[in-house]
Amino acid sequence: MLPPGDTLAHILAHHLETAPDRGAVVLMGRSSETHLTVRQLLDGAGVYADQYKASGVRPGEVVVDLLPPGAPLLFAFLGGVLMGAVPCVLPFPTEKLDPVRYRENLTALIQVTHPAAMVAEPALASELREALPHDPAMKAILGCSDDWKEGSGAQVPDLWEGLMRGPQDLALLQHSSGTTGLQKGVALSHTSILSQLAAYLPALRLSDEDVVVSWLPLYHDMGLIAGFLLPLLAGVKLILMSPFEWARAPWMLMQAVSRHRGTLVWLPNFAYNFCAERIPDRALKGIDLSSWRAVINCSEPMYASSHQMFSNRFIPYGIKPEALTTCYAMAENVFAVTQGPIEGRVTIDRVASESLQRRGLAEPEAGGSQRVVEVVSAGPPLPNCAVQVVGEEGQIVGERQVGELALRSDCMLSGYYNRADATQSALRDGWFLTGDLGYVADGQVYITGRKKDLMIVGGKNIYPQDIEQLIGSVPGVYPGRAVVFGIADQELGTEQVVAIAEIDPRHPRGEAALGLDIRRSVSTGSEITLRHVKIVDERWLVKTSSGKLARSANREKFLTEQGRTRIGSESE
Amino acid sequence: MDDLVQGLRAYIAERYLDMAPEDLPPDYPLVSNGLIDSFNLVDLALYVEETFHVHIDDTELNANVFDSVYGLAALIKVRS
Repeated sequence: MLPPGDTLAHILAHHLETAPDRGAVVLMGRSSETHLTVRQLLDGAGVYADQYKASGVRPGEVVVDLLPPGAPLLFAFLGGVLMGAVPCVLPFPTEKLDPVRYRENLTALIQVTHPAAMVAEPALASELREALPHDPAMKAILGCSDDWKEGSGAQVPDLWEGLMRGPQDLALLQHSSGTTGLQKGVALSHTSILSQLAAYLPALRLSDEDVVVSWLPLYHDMGLIAGFLLPLLAGVKLILMSPFEWARAPWMLMQAVSRHRGTLVWLPNFAYNFCAERIPDRALKGIDLSSWRAVINCSEPMYASSHQMFSNRFIPYGIKPEALTTCYAMAENVFAVTQGPIEGRVTIDRVASESLQRRGLAEPEAGGSQRVVEVVSAGPPLPNCAVQVVGEEGQIVGERQVGELALRSDCMLSGYYNRADATQSALRDGWFLTGDLGYVADGQVYITGRKKDLMIVGGKNIYPQDIEQLIGSVPGVYPGRAVVFGIADQELGTEQVVAIAEIDPRHPRGEAALGLDIRRSVSTGSEITLRHVKIVDERWLVKTSSGKLARSANREKFLTEQGRTRIGSESE
Repeated sequence: MDDLVQGLRAYIAERYLDMAPEDLPPDYPLVSNGLIDSFNLVDLALYVEETFHVHIDDTELNANVFDSVYGLAALIKVRS
């Protein structure tokens, strides 16, 4: 399992010494594969470590990795680990993303994090050197180059400064998206990461025979931990593909599992629906999914119907129904808090809808004609994690009573980087307040909603205030009068984003054109696309007595107008 | 505006954007402005294949191949 060592660098050095020629990562493209052994991966990382050092980066300083999916992204991250820096992966700019917005987001990050270096493809690096505001901490914005390999000697672990770091030192930073997310970097120590793996690997019943397959982006906790560091540090093979290629060709995931005998895959809930519905039969010819031990639903609200769709679609290709399982995870705990059964059936709790919505009590269904909500269990907490359910007055509530989930473990964040204020408000007596609402029944954790206005769209955490700000900048929208929220969409298996904007009568603009402008502004300024845009006059939006817009009240009003129910997965 | 354009416009406007078809100009750059995302594009390619028996490869799901309702209609006409 996990080799001895109390920092990431020690464990990587152990792998390099004991099994340098073991296949570590296969980068799977549409038509080709690149195989990297442990030695090749760490040689590549050494080249980046040399560049960081030559630029004056010192151990303990933050290095931001802005590369697209591919080998250089992995080298750049691990280069930071080898030299003892604190690497941090952020999204690279896609074609649709407005470069001005991208730079604004990076600026928001720099103002809080003050990284010592950034590494990007050469064109982006030179653009950022010109356009980003000066920060005294920033020593270099590096454009990565194939020429770097020249003159770089073989990397001897004895020379890795990363081996001089202590277990409590920071190993990496992890962010969610948007201006708000980028100003709150989750800082994780080596100890936390290794404690997470020490608890999580046995829960997964991981063995040397396992093969992890992932298309998840490395700037996301699920991608970085489950889809990269877990297999790398545990010494099992990883098949990695680009999230952009997967989104256009979702069958690549099934091809990867079939070809490489994949056993473990983590997916956000929407991917179950997407794979079940958008993969044509012809793309599945000859596919064999019998090696698939666990498909782990994680990072957004889970639907029983999504599991059903996925099972129905892929059982003919050899997947076993008990391979479908669940997990509750968050970057603040490195990753997993709970894990559902491995090679067993996930519990679906059928509770009375009325009681859940009105009284916050998850009462098992009593039969008859009452409406029922199916809540998917996230499994029991890992042995190193304790979960409490906290009521509105801060009191611990009982079994089946809904409250905010609080967490304590030996793998929690060291803090939000350079944000003592945010760290303090998230922790109470050593418990991390997750912002998620849920209940515990029979030792299993169930998630029913969120206390914060945070939206989770396709597995990504999105702050509504960031989207509202983008909309507020569109000419024709009354300043400060835009409200954004998520609504559950069971058909897609994720949240849909709704924007309601008040038209500014001083800037007459057709509603249809304004709606398109709002959509464009959000698509090119964030990671999401808007599904519903509603343009309203000054009478529609619900304001509080202080004139602020109340997201939840406006959400209720919108849903009532649409004739929808509050909880998505209802059935008679 | 021919039936093909009208049909595609209605499908895209209603299914992905929850808006009235007549509010979506058929020359509006949907892909380069990011109004429809890659998941929508995969869905759209399947719809086009099932409805018009025209194959759009996943490598073609980008703004260079088609960007608007008109662009998609033209692609379908050329290929059918």
